[in-house]
Amino acid sequence: MRLRLSPELEAFREEMRTFFTTQVPLEIRERVAAHRELSKEQYVEAQRVLNAAGLVAPHWPVAWGGKDWTPLQRHIWREEMQLACVPEPLAFNTSMIGPVIAAFGNEEQKARFLPKTANLDIWWCQGFSEPDAGSDLASLRTTAVRDGDDWVVNGQKTWTTLGQHADWIFCLVRTDPGAEKKQRGISLLVFPMDSPGVTLRPIELIDGGFEVNEVFFEDVRVPAENLIGEENRGWDYAKFLLGNERVGIARVGATKRLLAQAKEHARQITADGRPLAEDPRTAARIAEIENELVALELTALRVVANSADGKPHPASSVLKLRGSELQQAATELIVDLAGPLSLASFAGEGSDVPDWARAATPHYLNYRKVSIYGGSNEVQRTIIAGSILGL
Amino acid sequence: MNFDYDSEQNDLREAVRGLLARAYADSEQRRAVVKAEPGFDEKTWSRLAEMGLLGLPFAEEDGGMGAGPIEVAIVAEEIGRVLAPEPFIETVVLAGGLIAAVGTVEQRGEILGGISEGTTIAVFAHAEPGTRWSPTAAGVTATQSGDGWTLTGVKEPVPSGARADVLVVSAVVDGGGTGLFLVRGDASGLTRTGYRTHDGTRAAHVRFESTPAVALGTGGDRTAAVERALAETRIAYGHEALGAMDTALRTTAEYLKTRKQFGVTLNKFQALTFRAADMYVSLEQARSMALWASMVQDAGGDVVQAADRARLQVSRASRHIGKEAIQLHGGIGVTAEYSVGHYTSRLTAIDHLLGDGDWALARLAAAVDSYETVDPLGAPYA
Repeated sequence: MRLRLSPELEAFREEMRTFFTTQVPLEIRERVAAHRELSKEQYVEAQRVLNAAGLVAPHWPVAWGGKDWTPLQRHIWREEMQLACVPEPLAFNTSMIGPVIAAFGNEEQKARFLPKTANLDIWWCQGFSEPDAGSDLASLRTTAVRDGDDWVVNGQKTWTTLGQHADWIFCLVRTDPGAEKKQRGISLLVFPMDSPGVTLRPIELIDGGFEVNEVFFEDVRVPAENLIGEENRGWDYAKFLLGNERVGIARVGATKRLLAQAKEHARQITADGRPLAEDPRTAARIAEIENELVALELTALRVVANSADGKPHPASSVLKLRGSELQQAATELIVDLAGPLSLASFAGEGSDVPDWARAATPHYLNYRKVSIYGGSNEVQRTIIAGSILGL
Repeated sequence: MNFDYDSEQNDLREAVRGLLARAYADSEQRRAVVKAEPGFDEKTWSRLAEMGLLGLPFAEEDGGMGAGPIEVAIVAEEIGRVLAPEPFIETVVLAGGLIAAVGTVEQRGEILGGISEGTTIAVFAHAEPGTRWSPTAAGVTATQSGDGWTLTGVKEPVPSGARADVLVVSAVVDGGGTGLFLVRGDASGLTRTGYRTHDGTRAAHVRFESTPAVALGTGGDRTAAVERALAETRIAYGHEALGAMDTALRTTAEYLKTRKQFGVTLNKFQALTFRAADMYVSLEQARSMALWASMVQDAGGDVVQAADRARLQVSRASRHIGKEAIQLHGGIGVTAEYSVGHYTSRLTAIDHLLGDGDWALARLAAAVDSYETVDPLGAPYA
């Protein structure tokens, strides 16, 4: 047992910190820090800065721009990125479809897609969930029927995050409706969002934003060469991909940043003649969330320091569950610090309410999502009870 | 950074686990031991000494093994796993820790040597009715008398206070401050009334009436040494609690798999399995923090603040797991005959010995605005 990072890893951490805080445009990082939406151009600009430095997808194969890093190095990379308020590389690209194409695509597909995926020349979106297939993803009903050299896709996807920016979609489709197990008859197709027959309908969320969409497919013709991997093996690729989705989902660095902001806000708001920061109940609430977050960071470190042999650490399921709860606790705390100012959520230029207080409630409402996506917290509890406790 | 035990530490863990598994193979054995005086098994105590565990953290020149806080934590966790009632933490970590920190060469050699050999049980007489969890004394006063001192006042509850051969006593010294003193079990003017506690261990009411005492070390105000020893002991208790929580959760999971109601085993009820899953989350979060606190101590970092962090995390987890373990068992969980309730009882005792979660939280909250973010691998911890 040893607490300190090795001198090499200390240097690595410093290198990451310096890069993220000096090379990614300040304007973009400030926008992330303010919890305001980024434009498509800002996402693209930030990702290209990372890609140019070879820091966009360290977990990819080295041949395709990855780094031969340990899980601990990747953890440090991600934490420093979050602490510096750098927008993370688009997950649909670098965590989801990229690794799947690298692992299961043919050489032609790798050459065709991977460089553009890394550089965000192609913006990918995810066609997984359907109105009747949420946590029970394998129940999906969108079909693809072979017709000559094409697949013909019909059906509907939903919760398609940032689909409005997307150039391409990776889509789970049912290719064998007669398969014995519903998981068996699913394939993974990729196609452009401007293919004839694709319609996108934005879904307004309770925070007033439009980050998710419904996507409809009506006789969309997809060339056979756009099948990734083998026909009817799509479920395996989806599991592989969602495994990657859980990596980094604890978002410790981002919540740390939120708590630092909460402390700053608590100094600015006065209640009963003194700053909220001096109110023992407020201080205790911050300290308790912070302590739980330290524990989570340490749990994450235990997991990454130990996962070198490839087997997932049993405590890894804790990361999503507690990580999402702490993100939600921190956003709720900030709404409470804002108090009545939080009502000015959609106030415009002339408002005297500080920007953080205006953003507080939309952020809190938006973050109800984090205990739902990526395998809901109830799914995580099922995994813990089943695979860890044997219940 | 590395959270794994090395091979020697793994061997130590296996050895301690083996010894304690033989001593407390089932909860009946423990019940029999804690029913009789002195509330623990003197033979097991000797075996712990033979294995070198009672001198684990002491310097070799003081008769010890020269091991560190990680090794102490390993022993504490194994003690918690079977609820071994032997006063390892009280004697070796707390009283021994104080003697090691401030004792003279002669005091260290004699008392730490005796503790290491299993012939001396020393405890810290510190708690006083009407105060709580302070590093200072208020109700026992020390008066200089020739070359030595006399103590007057009451300490209670003093864990294993009636059985102890040597008491390390905190007392108000002339001119203010908290001094530390050694009192022999057979000293004149010393009255000890022992009693059982809810968790099966023993505590005592200890009255000093002009009781002769010797200053531990060179005398003077020892508040800082007490604060530090209490912090190190909180960390060790955190590991004992970890072992106890681990067993409480395992026992509960096993019960859910075997107990049948409505014609099916209880693990068919998601209302129950989800609660067990949450217990696991609490346990692993507490484990991360307890391991870290020992690593901070090992690295020479801010052990007091690390101990507060661990105390808060372990306290919250102990209450959660202790209460749920009983509830998920049902009525059998509150019987003395069945094991799991005893785990909850011991976890409750640990939680109140040296500061509970809210107490630790208040200390952390007082400092929370003085820094921006916590880096558990950086200053002031590493």
